[in-house]
Amino acid sequence: MSPEDPKQADKAGAAKWYELFSRGARDWLRHDEKVREAVRANLPEIIAGGDVINDSARTVRVPVRMLEHYHFKLRRPEEQQGAGQGKAKPGDVFSDPSRNRGPGEKGAGGRDEGEVQLLLEFKIDDIVDWLWEEMQLPNLKARAGPSDETDWTREGWDRRGARSRLDRRRSFKELVKRRGAPGATPTFTDEDLRFRQLARRRQPAVHAVVFFMLDVSGSMSDRDRKLAKTFFFWVVQGLRREYRSLETVFVAHTTEAWEFNEPDFFQVTGTGGTVASSGLNKVREIIDARYNPGRANLYLFYASDGDNSVSDAQDARGALSSIAADACFTGYVEVSSGLSRQLATETGKLFAELTAAGCAAGSYALNDFDDVWGAVRHFFTAESHAPEGARADGPRSPASP
Amino acid sequence: MSDDWRKYIRRIEELAAASGLKFHPVDFEAVPDSFMMEIAVYGLPVRMPHWSFGVRYIYQLIQRHMGHSRLFEVVFPGNPGHAYLADSNGLAENILVTAHVLGHADFSRNNLLFRRCQEQVSERIVEHAANHARQISQAIETHGAQRVEAALDAALALEQHVDIDQLLRRERYPEYLEESRALADDQFRKRFAALEPVAAGTGLEVKKRAPVPPHAERDLLWFVANYAPEMESWERDIFLAVREESFYFYPVFATQIMNEGWASYWHARLLREADFVPQQAYLDAIKCHSDVVRPVAAEQQVSLSINPYHLGFSMWEKIVEREGLEAARSIMEQDDDFGFVRNHLSRELAEELGLFRYSARSDGQIKVLEADLTALHEAVLAPKYNFGAPIVSAVRVRNDGTLELAHDSGVDGRGLDLERSRKVLDYLQRVWRRPIVLTTVNQAGSTLELTAP
Repeated sequence: MSPEDPKQADKAGAAKWYELFSRGARDWLRHDEKVREAVRANLPEIIAGGDVINDSARTVRVPVRMLEHYHFKLRRPEEQQGAGQGKAKPGDVFSDPSRNRGPGEKGAGGRDEGEVQLLLEFKIDDIVDWLWEEMQLPNLKARAGPSDETDWTREGWDRRGARSRLDRRRSFKELVKRRGAPGATPTFTDEDLRFRQLARRRQPAVHAVVFFMLDVSGSMSDRDRKLAKTFFFWVVQGLRREYRSLETVFVAHTTEAWEFNEPDFFQVTGTGGTVASSGLNKVREIIDARYNPGRANLYLFYASDGDNSVSDAQDARGALSSIAADACFTGYVEVSSGLSRQLATETGKLFAELTAAGCAAGSYALNDFDDVWGAVRHFFTAESHAPEGARADGPRSPASP
Repeated sequence: MSDDWRKYIRRIEELAAASGLKFHPVDFEAVPDSFMMEIAVYGLPVRMPHWSFGVRYIYQLIQRHMGHSRLFEVVFPGNPGHAYLADSNGLAENILVTAHVLGHADFSRNNLLFRRCQEQVSERIVEHAANHARQISQAIETHGAQRVEAALDAALALEQHVDIDQLLRRERYPEYLEESRALADDQFRKRFAALEPVAAGTGLEVKKRAPVPPHAERDLLWFVANYAPEMESWERDIFLAVREESFYFYPVFATQIMNEGWASYWHARLLREADFVPQQAYLDAIKCHSDVVRPVAAEQQVSLSINPYHLGFSMWEKIVEREGLEAARSIMEQDDDFGFVRNHLSRELAEELGLFRYSARSDGQIKVLEADLTALHEAVLAPKYNFGAPIVSAVRVRNDGTLELAHDSGVDGRGLDLERSRKVLDYLQRVWRRPIVLTTVNQAGSTLELTAP
């Protein structure tokens, strides 16, 4: 729209600037951006709560209040006086349900600011990205050791091939090269065509299997379980960043062990004592039955209150080291609400031995939801520092039974 | 929207002028509902960007979706005035709204408070605000969105804290105390004067620096802009821009009952006298009028707030009926809502309108209180005192640049909301850049100090 062109200007005049641009929407966006910044700044606290995890969707819902731009205001009085209008006599008493909804103050326009809650959805991938940035977690490299997995990859060119693999650029270059010679045909001939070829090659293992093992004996409270669930959830998110496909296996145990699907897993309550070896043996069994350690990256995370029966120590040690030999990493979280024994338990000792033996293993005590982030960070830092090739694809067997 | 209503503008204007309204010319413009909503949110057609307007915008959207509010017009005083009409208005609504707008135009040209503020802010507030907005966009480009936002956070948080009794363009405090303290006229001085008449006459007089501020200063925007130790000039400009807009908003705020009542009175009266309006449009307009000035929503028996349109309208009708139009005009010129309600909301009228006082407990139980006219006046006016804000003044700047603020809890009756006040101090601290101390009282009435940082 130039002033030299009155016709144009006239036409443009039909659409006023305010039809093309909304300041309200601009400032609204800025508000939402600020909310997101605030959420991001407090992310660990907000999502450690555990309730926000939306299992099916890849999102987390965080209820947020609208931001308030603060002004000096008087303290809210015990009794607020006001003026109204209508059919009411002195002494009449009635109740206004809208008044006890929240601590929001009546704004000048009579609108009750602070009442509206936004439910912001965050993509888990975004959150994990933020967290990794925020917590300076290392970006783990996929343990791309050689594996039995093979796949077709593109490799080389040939004069024959399927039409769909015709490499046009390459073919054109051939044409150009050939045309340089005197007396050459200026159009494409079959000689010029080049087709991409495929070859079978061994692939790095890009598949991961994560075993979550949970102690559901009588001594584990609901809260302990929830702590474990939150921790497991974020572990999966962290590993997902790394592996193209990720499978989870849930094993619960008391003195016996069972495999569960995810929803049931966190509901299970058992009674009786804790025998860690039963769970570990179950894991071993599943690995042997279903997975080839040469093809998949195995992880084991075990959550327990640590009260393993003393007589089980020997069996558990054996089972654990056999798993550790095949796994990329084994982790242990001790959910001991209130008790700060800090890993001085039977199970704690088992894992400590494993770490001492040079295995990729780690332990962490989880007392509160605030600790979840510490634990996640701990494991992922430990993970990335684990020596290259810790995966037992060689003869390196750290713990001989 | 069809432009049918435009042909009525001239005739309504003539009718209004014949009825004694004196107004500056008004530019009428029909705009989409979305823009009407923005004007309502920002208070001005073009105004500085800030996220807090985004919050209001969301609330406004919600209200509109719930069908609570519908905006017919927004008018800005000035010469010429600017009136924006929703282009979804029907013919009848527009006729009514045109008359209503002329009522406002008459009010804003003649009411003393409006005149005083317009003399200072100029009659072109719409253009001024647009200028401020442009100035701030430029600041964003030069200094970055975050720094500008920090300055706006502070300035807009203090937008009510201006001193309307002072001039918009106000002089800084005198730097020195007026009476330079003469030295005692003792024996020594006499002898000294006899020896060195020149030195004794000039050199020994001590000029004393005046304290800053010399008295408790309520105009925080002005004070900060002028006396902040380390503020940058563009930040001062932002403070002064917000202050100028506050000077414009104050009369709108402080005369709302009178102003809306006056406009409603005149739209009703002009409509009655406008024989040129077609019958059907007249009926529709009357219906629209009664919707606007009804005291409580149709389905309700009781409302816990007072519709200023209805209250003002009823009061003006009564005044004109009893005292005549001349008297009503002079009340319109001289009063603001405080004088208007206290002097002219009589016991009979309050009863007739069914006004009452109530007290609401935090659990939602509401009790209607005894009829008491004076207390009713104050209950109506309470949200309007001091531009709707607690009285907070700057009382001292310490030698290290620490700003001391004090809240006048004696006048306000109770202490500040501590959590909010702390946040405001945080905003302010980012531009004052030295510590800030605010004194107020707690629940028990004992003095309390808030500090930032």
